[in-house]
Amino acid sequence: MALDNAKSNGFKFVGTRPDRPDGVDKVTGRAKFGADMTAPGMLHGAILRSPHAHARINKIDTSAAEAMKGVKAVVTRKDFATDVHFESGLNGETWNVLENVMAGEKVLYDGHALAAVAATSALIARDAIKLVRVDYDLLDHVTDVDKAMEKDAPVIREGAADKSVPDGFHPNVVRYHESGHGDVDEGFSKADLVIEDSFKTEATHQGYIEPHACLGSLGNDGKGDLWCTTQGHWYAQKMCAALLNLETSQLRVTASEIGGGFGGKTTVFIEPVALALSRKANKPVKIVMSRSEVFRSTGPTSSTSMDVKIGMKKDGTITAASGVFRLQGGAFPGAPAEFTAMCAFAPYALENVRQIGYDVMANRPKQAAYRAPGSPMAAFAVESVIDDLCKALGLDPIEVRLKNASHKGTKASFGPRFEDIGLIETLEAAKAHDHYSTPLKDGQGRGISCGFWFNHGGETAVSLALSEDGTAQISVGTPDIGGSRASMALMAAEELGIPYEHIRCTIADTATLGYNEISHGSRVTYASGLATIKAAKDVVHKLCKRAAQKWDIPEDAVKWEDGCAVPSGANAGDFDPLPLHKITANMGATGGPIVGHFEATPEGAGVSFATHIVDAEVDHATGKTKIVRYTVVQDAGKAIHPTYVEGQYQGGAAQGIGWALNEEYIYGDDGRLQNAGFLDYRIPLASDLPMIDTVIVEVANPGHPYGVRGVGETSICPPLAAIANAVSAAAGIRMKQLPMSPPRIVAALKSLKDG
Amino acid sequence: MNNIHVRTKVNGDEVDFLCDPRETLLDCLRDKLHLTGSKEGCGTGDCGACSVVLEGRLVCACLVLGVEVEGQTVDTVEGIAQGQDLHPLQEKFIKYAALQCGICTPGILMATKNLLERNPNPTETEVRYWLAGNLCRCTGYDKIIRAIMDTAADMREAG
Repeated sequence: MALDNAKSNGFKFVGTRPDRPDGVDKVTGRAKFGADMTAPGMLHGAILRSPHAHARINKIDTSAAEAMKGVKAVVTRKDFATDVHFESGLNGETWNVLENVMAGEKVLYDGHALAAVAATSALIARDAIKLVRVDYDLLDHVTDVDKAMEKDAPVIREGAADKSVPDGFHPNVVRYHESGHGDVDEGFSKADLVIEDSFKTEATHQGYIEPHACLGSLGNDGKGDLWCTTQGHWYAQKMCAALLNLETSQLRVTASEIGGGFGGKTTVFIEPVALALSRKANKPVKIVMSRSEVFRSTGPTSSTSMDVKIGMKKDGTITAASGVFRLQGGAFPGAPAEFTAMCAFAPYALENVRQIGYDVMANRPKQAAYRAPGSPMAAFAVESVIDDLCKALGLDPIEVRLKNASHKGTKASFGPRFEDIGLIETLEAAKAHDHYSTPLKDGQGRGISCGFWFNHGGETAVSLALSEDGTAQISVGTPDIGGSRASMALMAAEELGIPYEHIRCTIADTATLGYNEISHGSRVTYASGLATIKAAKDVVHKLCKRAAQKWDIPEDAVKWEDGCAVPSGANAGDFDPLPLHKITANMGATGGPIVGHFEATPEGAGVSFATHIVDAEVDHATGKTKIVRYTVVQDAGKAIHPTYVEGQYQGGAAQGIGWALNEEYIYGDDGRLQNAGFLDYRIPLASDLPMIDTVIVEVANPGHPYGVRGVGETSICPPLAAIANAVSAAAGIRMKQLPMSPPRIVAALKSLKDG
Repeated sequence: MNNIHVRTKVNGDEVDFLCDPRETLLDCLRDKLHLTGSKEGCGTGDCGACSVVLEGRLVCACLVLGVEVEGQTVDTVEGIAQGQDLHPLQEKFIKYAALQCGICTPGILMATKNLLERNPNPTETEVRYWLAGNLCRCTGYDKIIRAIMDTAADMREAG
């Protein structure tokens, strides 16, 4: 059921496309992002970063930097909490973050922070940091995932592996996941054709255009304020407090406007450092990362090495599937190996399926979430093999996917049974789309892929207060990363029955609301949306109560209709509708302020699926790929503001195009990152891309009052595979490594020619 | 301290500031004149978030030194709207949802305004190549291009 009428299903506001409330701020330069804040007496911080991939720190001599004119404070690891302890796996995540924020005994990757300076100007801070002398003992390093698992690989950190890892693995293998059901060997024996292949993907960066930036102020009384660009300011509050030995509530964190995150701003890097410097200097300290620091020191996604085996009958039925997924997550545990494994075969209803994931450490920056962490790589491997099976058996790729598609009641490859899901609907819409039936030109190839992501709920608090004039202000705790204020205001308008323009949505600071989990897991429109609806319902209940008091009738004899309290039936009495603004006009005298709340952990996030169609053209002489047509079909559950849903679909596809064709972390033999800038780490430009067509499918999520599913992440799950299938078709050879950059394509074509 | 006194005209106003010879025009706009609409995404001229117009020419403010603008004219995103009236490009960017996070928007608006002043009737390909120096990570450029093509058509009609 493709979206054809925004105002279907009885909604008045939901499904319309009004201007975003913060639009004017963002087109005039008025919006304040991370680096746009200043404070009186402010100092500027700069951070010293390791030029080595792996080294023991013998001594850090800060005396020359401290002596420099204008320098007010220098910090190293000893200025951070000493009661945070190392534990295995993710049990010691606070220690992992601390160790990443400021190195202890060793530097673990090129870019690892190990000292910081605060000075009266940014130029002085930058000069002073060069005066910090460090005595290192260089150690062997490893940056490749397969090599990091080999017997003789350098050990990043003994004891980092948790109990999930079976005996016999290298200490760099720190977590292990295995799941599935049925008997894959028996399944493979029933197949007419079994294909097994291996795939690799390189680490890519989230590539947000706004570098990390913050302004911290912390006194020796333990009270502080922090302004930062983040996807989750309550997490920043909690983590900074832990790393600096503060009481959490004494640190107030305000989220700036955020210039992109995509998962990369879900943790802290410079924030605890600015606060540590501020505490020492007793002045506010601002730190802004350079682009090179962003690439070298903040989370890229994992690189992977994967083996996938799938058996298929001549009619397209998949009899069994298995996969091994090795994820390199930098010098700390946390690569999303379990997500990669769990998402790999989720689109398909399989009797026999088994998946294994390895979380592997190497001398690279600590990976951070990147849009559906782990899922796009799995889809690349799995959907490539399915594509080869379809070709070998002469089957249509959409028909095969429809034949095996997961549906309501399917036991998912990762365990539970699916509730209402929209995979079949996306495949049907893709099949019916003009794109799928348009003939290709010479030299072009077409690729199809499905993709899956879980989506998430999480701790959420929202409050909604009415003003005397009948307008409303919503306070939400999830930073607006792509237009979510508009969605919140639409949902509140729907419940309250007042115009969208009469609602202002503010991202509240940590002192204003209860804990809100990070804006991640595609959770904002789902969870903060649900919370907004429930807070508005709470307000409506209170408004009805005031009307009941005024009319002197029972509360349950009043209902809310189109922005007014009305008697619930003929027996309730004969009263004129009482509009919201007439109730709020004298609310002070009728019981006081009217405020609605929601504080809970919604757990009804609905999983989502997408199907993408891509046409690619490969220049056989240069290896350059051009994407000539792209269509995204995805289940949104319910599109609250369809234009912004389309935007998420297009943005996910564009990032996928970059990942598939050009983006990669390139390390030299010395373990140093060789392309820490936008010139050499090439994200897609306007001139690289075609228009990106979108189809919004709506299969309601039963866990949300309006049926919303998250939309931000699923859009990046199919592109790597869909583009690989298109490029492989156009090149005439299966591409098994990402990115499919021109040199790799030229090499593949040469190997084909050379036989 | 070897600060240099620079006199310049920004968005039509005569202004002056003291700056270190190493500071870029972007540093000076943001830190000395408090015009934080121009953004630093890379500092190396690769992302275009700091695009401003210097003497009629589109430049990355991170690649120009503050001292270079002595006696020259600089236009920034803060000067696009006329009083309360938004420029048609600003209106259309909001209407088309041509921004998600908004960090690249000031640079893209400056670049596009400069394009339309040179070429009121660009093809889609011309717009895409003109904007090849302005990175956007959120949108995939689709809605940006549509907003620009529609604005250009409106402005041609309005003469």
